[in-house]
Amino acid sequence: MTYVLKPKLHHPMLAKNKLGFTRRDYEGKVSTLCAGCGHDSISAALIQAFFQLDIQPHRVAKLSGIGCSSKTPDYFLGNSHGFNTVHGRMPSVLTGANLANRDLIYLGVSGDGDSASIGLGQFAHVMRRGVNMTYILENNGVYGLTKGQFSATADKGSKAKKGMVNADAAVDTVSLALLMGATFVARSFSGDKQQLTPLVEAAIWHQGAAFIDVISPCVAFNNHPGSTKSYDYVREHNEAVNRLDFWPSRDAITVDYSEGGVIEVPQHDGSIIKLRKLDAEYDPSDKINAITHIAQAAAKGEVLTGLLYLAPDAEDLHQHLNTFEAPFNRLGEKELCPGSALLDKINAGLR
Amino acid sequence: MSMKRIESLNDFVVKFANVNGSGSASANELFAKSFLRMGIPVSPRNIFPSNIQGLPTWYEVRVTEKGWLGRRGGVDLMVAMNPQTWSQDVKEIEPGGYLFYDNTKPLPPSKFRDDVNVIGMPLTEISNATFTDARERQLFKNIIYVGALSALMDIEPGVIAELIGEQYKGKEKLLKPNLNAFQMGFNYAGEKLKGMLGLKVKRAYAVGDRIFMEGNAAAALGCVYGGATVCAWYPITPSSSLAEAFTRYCQKLRVDPDSGKNKFAIIQAEDELASIGIVCGAGWNGARAFTATSGPGISLMSEFVGLAYFAEIPAVIIDVQRGGPSTGMPTRTQQSDVLKCAYLSHGDTKHVLLFPEDPHECFNFGALSLDLAERLQTPVFLMTDLDIGMNQRLCKPLQWDDARVYDRGKVMTAEMLDGGKEFGRYLDVDGDGIPYRTYPGTHESKGAYFTRGTSKNPYAVYSEAGADYAYNMERLLKKHDFAKTLLPKPLLTPAREPARFGCIYYGSTSPSMHEALEALADKGIFVNALRVRAFPFQDEIYDFCQSHAKVFVVEQNRDAQLKTLLVNEAGVNPACLISVLHYDGTPITARFIAREISEIVSALNVRPIKKDKAA
Ligand SMILES: Cc1ncc(C[n+]2csc(CCOP(=O)(O)OP(=O)(O)O)c2C)c(N)n1
Ligand code: SF4
Ligand SMILES: [Mg+2]
Repeated sequence: MTYVLKPKLHHPMLAKNKLGFTRRDYEGKVSTLCAGCGHDSISAALIQAFFQLDIQPHRVAKLSGIGCSSKTPDYFLGNSHGFNTVHGRMPSVLTGANLANRDLIYLGVSGDGDSASIGLGQFAHVMRRGVNMTYILENNGVYGLTKGQFSATADKGSKAKKGMVNADAAVDTVSLALLMGATFVARSFSGDKQQLTPLVEAAIWHQGAAFIDVISPCVAFNNHPGSTKSYDYVREHNEAVNRLDFWPSRDAITVDYSEGGVIEVPQHDGSIIKLRKLDAEYDPSDKINAITHIAQAAAKGEVLTGLLYLAPDAEDLHQHLNTFEAPFNRLGEKELCPGSALLDKINAGLR
Repeated sequence: MSMKRIESLNDFVVKFANVNGSGSASANELFAKSFLRMGIPVSPRNIFPSNIQGLPTWYEVRVTEKGWLGRRGGVDLMVAMNPQTWSQDVKEIEPGGYLFYDNTKPLPPSKFRDDVNVIGMPLTEISNATFTDARERQLFKNIIYVGALSALMDIEPGVIAELIGEQYKGKEKLLKPNLNAFQMGFNYAGEKLKGMLGLKVKRAYAVGDRIFMEGNAAAALGCVYGGATVCAWYPITPSSSLAEAFTRYCQKLRVDPDSGKNKFAIIQAEDELASIGIVCGAGWNGARAFTATSGPGISLMSEFVGLAYFAEIPAVIIDVQRGGPSTGMPTRTQQSDVLKCAYLSHGDTKHVLLFPEDPHECFNFGALSLDLAERLQTPVFLMTDLDIGMNQRLCKPLQWDDARVYDRGKVMTAEMLDGGKEFGRYLDVDGDGIPYRTYPGTHESKGAYFTRGTSKNPYAVYSEAGADYAYNMERLLKKHDFAKTLLPKPLLTPAREPARFGCIYYGSTSPSMHEALEALADKGIFVNALRVRAFPFQDEIYDFCQSHAKVFVVEQNRDAQLKTLLVNEAGVNPACLISVLHYDGTPITARFIAREISEIVSALNVRPIKKDKAA
């Protein structure tokens, strides 16, 4: 478990941000996820990002679908409203919430089953619409909450805990988000706080549809013998792997690697994921370049991380719809009701 | 032997058989409206099959000085403009009725009936002689037949000229040829077809200040007046024109004059799951939101509606009911979603339903449903149907009280929280089962909560404890019960004389029901009638059933859905309910209701009835 119950009394020495909040003001309930779950590391990065950006916690609305990942909004930003919606449909609820009050910051949290399986349609359409939000997909390749079935991001050929081999092609959510019109697209790794936190911060600042796919290992359903690349296999080849720490099972996986670098990260199931961090010269404003880079990395068996695409001229749904500046939820009959005189005119036209 | 001729003044049915896209719709509407301008009520109905081969479309106009706005059944005059549906159309004419057709090309005698009066007119020839453009030739043929009918029926030509003038105000180029075409038809029939039609009209004073409007447009306007800012929808017949009307009205009435910005957001979603999801998100965040759909869309919304019920989120769902699935009878009317909507979704759920009878009530209930959804923090279903939604119906003018304030329900503000008011999101503080809610972003440190389904305690803290679950479920039941006090009451139409029999009806059955009650009373069968306007049912409905020996429940579905709900939810003894069911996809008629009820009544009078007799 990432957090233990802490006394609410703040230590006078705790660092405060510009608003006078400590990091703890951005925390939530105690996590009930498995110890070492990547999702908890992502929550920590989110807390850090909101703290560092000096955002008033209550000005954030957290929305999620259903899954272990979707439970996490209860574990950070305890003074924000949260909404655990239905499986795969967070994007539509977030869209409606955003339309009702454009002044809040919207954070969508989802899993790979939630977004790439049951919710692939809503995932695609929320990107198309350019809803101003930060959409975090906590990607572990399995259904954690329902105990280890494949999700649509599971690699072809990977083996589930119960022995089934996945024969279906994987959905690449960053490519999809790019194609669908997301204006901020990034990928990171739950254990790479160094990379993830600034990416989250940039996504929050972005005025449009910002998407981050965060690879987030599941300790419970990916650590089993019989995997093509077993835990032991990785241990044996540990030396061959550059700049790699090795973590015992049940600890959260963390990494630290530099721009342009490649790192092979063993997962709890013993498989290895090869992350390549974009180098400093990479130009994220070129969409076609981004698509090419992602495809080239995939061809080499690498997963590209970093800010893949940032539209220079992003627009959001409210701009598309030319909506009024004041939040809709503050408008009453005075602003909204055309009144009886106009109704009489309408009646007159209907005779 | 001279053939029988139907002779009637201000009371008959005309049906137009047209080819879709031939421009007949506006000509036919012109025809229907001309009666209204002469003070004679009409009730038109569009009939458009989903199967579009031959593109048939029909428009049926009931001219009725008495003001019976239900479908009558039978056709006195058929205007047969679609060769593809000719034989079917000719078959439908009442004996002694009339067939009006384009005789530019002669038809063999076998195409006609002996007992039908034929009125032929060379419409194509006349149109082609004046107009050169192919499209114009087609379009003006329609106006020419309106001119001819006007002469045959004694419709005042000035009334039509006035209507054409209004339609083409500022479009002189179109005005002239339309008037011209009308005159051509009028003159031809006046000279050559004189006295051939026994259906006549004469100015009357039976329309009053009523308006002529489609239910979908009225419901949409109700949502504008009721303060809906978010509309999410997915196209489906017969509800699409509701969202389209909302868009049109918003563009006229909801654009901020200073900034040019929209005080509305309309999303054509990717499906009904997204539509209702958007509505739930907006409702959760304090905006008034609605969606419009039909049966298949309701099925898709099922999961979200359950969440909205348990998480207590305001949402308005307008169900313009039709006949079943996508390859079923999508362009036919029914009241067949009643049970589905009443209990939609997983777990123990029950929802608030409203049953408007006409566009006037569509407007009122549209606005009301937004108040109810926020007051009750729950989904509210506005149950209209194709018959009300997609046909222009004569109804009372729309009214709005400028002193009316939206009921935003129990919303705890920052001031209330600072004032020390206790906040428990799912806590019943007032005894009505309705808790307080906070909008996201209300307060820095108080009032935030995590919204989820049922696993929670009254303070919205995660809990799977049985006692917490039971408390919540019972509170929801209390809330549902409390809803009765806010819903429109049933309306009683007492019989002229003391009556043993009662009758319950709802929604679009209303006009036919009233006509049937008259016909029955004329035969000495007296029935007290109660129009149910909402679910959950108020006590008046139970009392009404108790105070009659037998109560007919008249519905437009196969399974007696409202009757089931009466037995289930109002505790009515099923032995005293007798179903009268109409479900062939056409609107129920007074003839049908009166026949069914009088048959049952005479059977009851002859021998004691053992079992419910269903139609
Ligand atoms: C309509 C519906 N179908 C199925 C489920 C069961 N279900 C809950 S979570 C889940 C999968 C979650 O997977 P993912 O989004 O990857 O989240 P993770 O637990 O892996 O973080 C499923 C299938 C559900 N809640 N709702
Ligand atoms: S099952 Fe997997 S995803 Fe779920 S909490 Fe445990 S480690 Fe995390
Ligand atoms: Mg997952």
